[in-house]
Amino acid sequence: MDSAAILPGLSIIDQLPLLAVVLPMLAAPLCVLFGNRHIAWLLAFLASLFSFLFSFHMLLQVMDGDVLSYHLGGWAPPMGIEYRIDAANAFVLMLISGISTVILPYARRSIAYEITKVSHTLFYCCYLLCLTGLLGVVATGDAFNVFVFLEISALSTYVLVAMGAERDRRALTAAYDYLIMGTIGATFFVIGIGFLYSVTGTLNMVDMAERISTLEDNRTVQAGFAFIVVGMGLKAAIYPLHLWLPGSYTYAPSVVTAFLAATATKAAIYVLIRFMFSVFQPEFIFELHTFKWILMPLAILAMFAASLIAVFQTDLKRLLAYSSVAQVGYMILGISLASKTGLSAAIIHLFNHGITKAVLFMVVGAFLMRVGGSFTKYLNGLGKQMPITCAAFVVGGLSLIGVPGTAGFISKWVLIDAALQKDLWWLAVLIVLSSLLAVIYVWKVVEVLYMKQPDETRVLKEVPYSMLVPMWVLAIACIYFGFDTDLTLRSATVAAESLLSGGIK
Amino acid sequence: MIDVFPPAFFFFIAAAIIPFLPQGIFRTLVLLFAPLVAGLYIFDLSHGVSSQIELAGLSLELMRVDKLSVVFGLIFCLASFLGNLYALHVRDSVQQIAALAYVGSAVGAVFAGDLVTLFLYWEGAAITSVFLIWARRTQGAYHSGMRYLIMQIASGVILLGGTVLLYRETGSIAFEAMTLSSFPTWLIFIAFGIKCAFPLLHNWVQDAYPAATVTGTVILSSFTTKLAVYALARGFPGTEILIYIGATMTLFPIFYAVIENDLRRVLAYSLNNQLGFMVVGVGVGTELALNGTAAHAVSHILYKSLLFMSVGAVLFRTGTAKATQLGGLYKSMPLTMIFCVIGCASISAFPFFSGFVTKSLILSGAAKEGYYVVWGILLFASACAFHYSGIKIPYFAFFSHDSGLRPKEAPTHMLWAMGITAALCIGVGVFPSVLYSLLPYEISYNAYSTTHVITQLQLLFFSALAFTVLLRAGIYPPMLKAVNLDFDWTYRKLLPTIFGSSASYVTRLWSAITLFGMAKIDRVISGLYRSHGPEGRMARVWPTGAMVLWIAIILTATMIVNFI
Repeated sequence: MDSAAILPGLSIIDQLPLLAVVLPMLAAPLCVLFGNRHIAWLLAFLASLFSFLFSFHMLLQVMDGDVLSYHLGGWAPPMGIEYRIDAANAFVLMLISGISTVILPYARRSIAYEITKVSHTLFYCCYLLCLTGLLGVVATGDAFNVFVFLEISALSTYVLVAMGAERDRRALTAAYDYLIMGTIGATFFVIGIGFLYSVTGTLNMVDMAERISTLEDNRTVQAGFAFIVVGMGLKAAIYPLHLWLPGSYTYAPSVVTAFLAATATKAAIYVLIRFMFSVFQPEFIFELHTFKWILMPLAILAMFAASLIAVFQTDLKRLLAYSSVAQVGYMILGISLASKTGLSAAIIHLFNHGITKAVLFMVVGAFLMRVGGSFTKYLNGLGKQMPITCAAFVVGGLSLIGVPGTAGFISKWVLIDAALQKDLWWLAVLIVLSSLLAVIYVWKVVEVLYMKQPDETRVLKEVPYSMLVPMWVLAIACIYFGFDTDLTLRSATVAAESLLSGGIK
Repeated sequence: MIDVFPPAFFFFIAAAIIPFLPQGIFRTLVLLFAPLVAGLYIFDLSHGVSSQIELAGLSLELMRVDKLSVVFGLIFCLASFLGNLYALHVRDSVQQIAALAYVGSAVGAVFAGDLVTLFLYWEGAAITSVFLIWARRTQGAYHSGMRYLIMQIASGVILLGGTVLLYRETGSIAFEAMTLSSFPTWLIFIAFGIKCAFPLLHNWVQDAYPAATVTGTVILSSFTTKLAVYALARGFPGTEILIYIGATMTLFPIFYAVIENDLRRVLAYSLNNQLGFMVVGVGVGTELALNGTAAHAVSHILYKSLLFMSVGAVLFRTGTAKATQLGGLYKSMPLTMIFCVIGCASISAFPFFSGFVTKSLILSGAAKEGYYVVWGILLFASACAFHYSGIKIPYFAFFSHDSGLRPKEAPTHMLWAMGITAALCIGVGVFPSVLYSLLPYEISYNAYSTTHVITQLQLLFFSALAFTVLLRAGIYPPMLKAVNLDFDWTYRKLLPTIFGSSASYVTRLWSAITLFGMAKIDRVISGLYRSHGPEGRMARVWPTGAMVLWIAIILTATMIVNFI
């Protein structure tokens, strides 16, 4: 578990933790400087691709419990900023950069339909900044740095959401709402960090964790914890702090929705996990109380209330947005069990739900492009007219429900296992029951796609291959990770182990 | 790794390549050869081998080969071959793929060595089979299929629940004999029970099977329920409660079958009755009785397919399977009529037909263990089966009053399918030792002992006697025509007045309960819609202030919890 301090400039491999984050950041201004949307796309894609390759390489390095520590500018922690990569964040880094790499080829044609050409370079710039922010939040080992990257991603996200205004003006109010809420969340988070800093005098997470470990009864630490949980909970859209989410997801451009749904809330959940299990000790009484009395009830509420709302939605995009809120509930539930299996369940669901929702939102984007709206009444009988796209929806839908043979099943299985390990029978039953609600809302859409009579006057063709292929890459991933659980389950387990053993210490 | 190739995959591979082949000879070959190849492969499998793979930290036993699984695997492949042959005229990819994938799931489930694998195939069978119902593409079939799917999925979910709980309790997912001693095993028992159409859980059979396509019903009738019988025989042999459940199952459908007009539905009821015999066999649980269950499953699949095929052929040619609209078809569909009569003779257990040599194993099994009341019930039930399937089906379809319909004889491939099945029914009846040698346990049973033949003939003759007494008590029929009418009258007037009241009472009670339940559910749904619907307070677009209020509330709550 000991990690050698690596001096910068040794070799390119040692620079990976930084490069994965910095590449998109450097590419972002270049996009604007070149001012050509094709070059901008290429830059974005390459930056994202390399980030992914670097992340994947790092994941392989830390898979057996190692930790990579990178000292920014050669300043040793705790004074300098440190990037720490262990199994937990390497896994999330891989998810974020991987999703981004798959989505970008899809983005090209999709935004060509949804956004005027003039804004394309700006779009890619904001997209890259958002990616930078999300990767940075996950990679860094410095509490204040988390806040900085959080703001980078949040500010660019507001712009991205607002770009949906060309199609529907309500995107502006949605972005505005998100801005207010996101700022409050970030402020709460930074207030929490402030509290901790005032007590510990350090911002490095490892250092902070060591100093906090003796301060269980300190009221400031407890208040700091509450602020961080609520602030990050808002970013992660824990029910009922999710109110910004349906609006932004519904009115943002499809690409943005697919990207955010798969990554943004996941990064926030990662930060929550990191703080709850590494910075604070999960044995703290106040933390256990929060798990038991706040997080678990809210998670269960999310699983049911948000799914029920999804059942009645008539707009497919909004339906999926509410389903995301419900799915976040499962992750929070896994966290609130405060056990190794529970944590693995949360991490693996984070991954599986990421790829699942990305597929589903990409399909919605494809529908939008061909029929001009995502209300279910526009989608009648599309199963015959756009068979390949609709089949991808079915695969994603099955994974969302958690049908055996799909990725979603694995995460539900681990989650149920975690609940049973704690002898919470009723919880396992609730998980299964809430999955039935997912069956209903997915089925509702499948019925519209396949059982309703199509509008014969409408001549539709499939979306271009540049959109179909990314969709199906992820759809196949949904099935692949339902069978080969080696990568996902092992990473999640190693990640959970390292988090619980105080991997950051 | 997989060291024994699972035979189920023959079907899955076939189902996967079907869509890429043009309709016609190539598809025909695939449809017919996949079951044959799988069947030969199963026949060649050496017993005792197993094959395991790792999934999510669990080791799954994909293949467990022993005599019980082999006999079910073989008959499933045979039934699939016959069903596909019967369905050769169908040019619908959905049905072809569904039929193959469905059989594949059933075969896979039979060889499943652990409960998780069983569950996967169990759900697979549920999902693939519903397409055989939906393939009819009518509103009614859609709704029937939906109800069917809900029941089947519910069964799967309960099975999964039971498996998980059992795993927690014992740390094992092996699919071995269980006892009904704990909550998890009860859950698994109920899951099997739904698929096996236990009384009160049986409605999906009568609802869904007659709703499927002509060929779909033939295929559906063979697998789902027999898979459940296999699961019971594997999981709960010798569980006494099964004897009483089975006995009820043999009696329960009689009342309904007698008054039912749709001949396919009559067969669906009779399916329940025959399942009852097998369930009793599992419940008795001795070697003889379990042999009886396996053997009866085999012959039942054969003669029930044959009956569904012949009624299906009638439906295919005339467009109806209603008893009141048919009659006199023997003139133009003589071969179908002969095959149907062979099926009826088998189900009624005439000597030299398959039912005779298999049903008796169960009966003797029950008698040997001293269940004389049950034995009596089974005897009564067989007599009734003779009445309502043995006489009613061929009588109304092919004889009875002349409906004036003169349809063509069934298509050639249907005749072949029926002919082969009929030959098998007789073959099993004449040479029972071939079937006996496949059974799970060593057997030294002579079906053609003097006592048995005489008992059975007595039974059948007494049925005839009862019939004659009814004749004498009714109007005096001087001619054959009148006999027919009188016979008609026993079914339409006398028996309905006896059974009708009880049946209608039960039905009324059911519909009252369902109505009450539906009203409640409707109210709950509309309530949920008010709160969670697009305009409801849960889903409304909230003002920013309200969102901030929520943050404050959650923060305060967290603080309070932290500080206490």
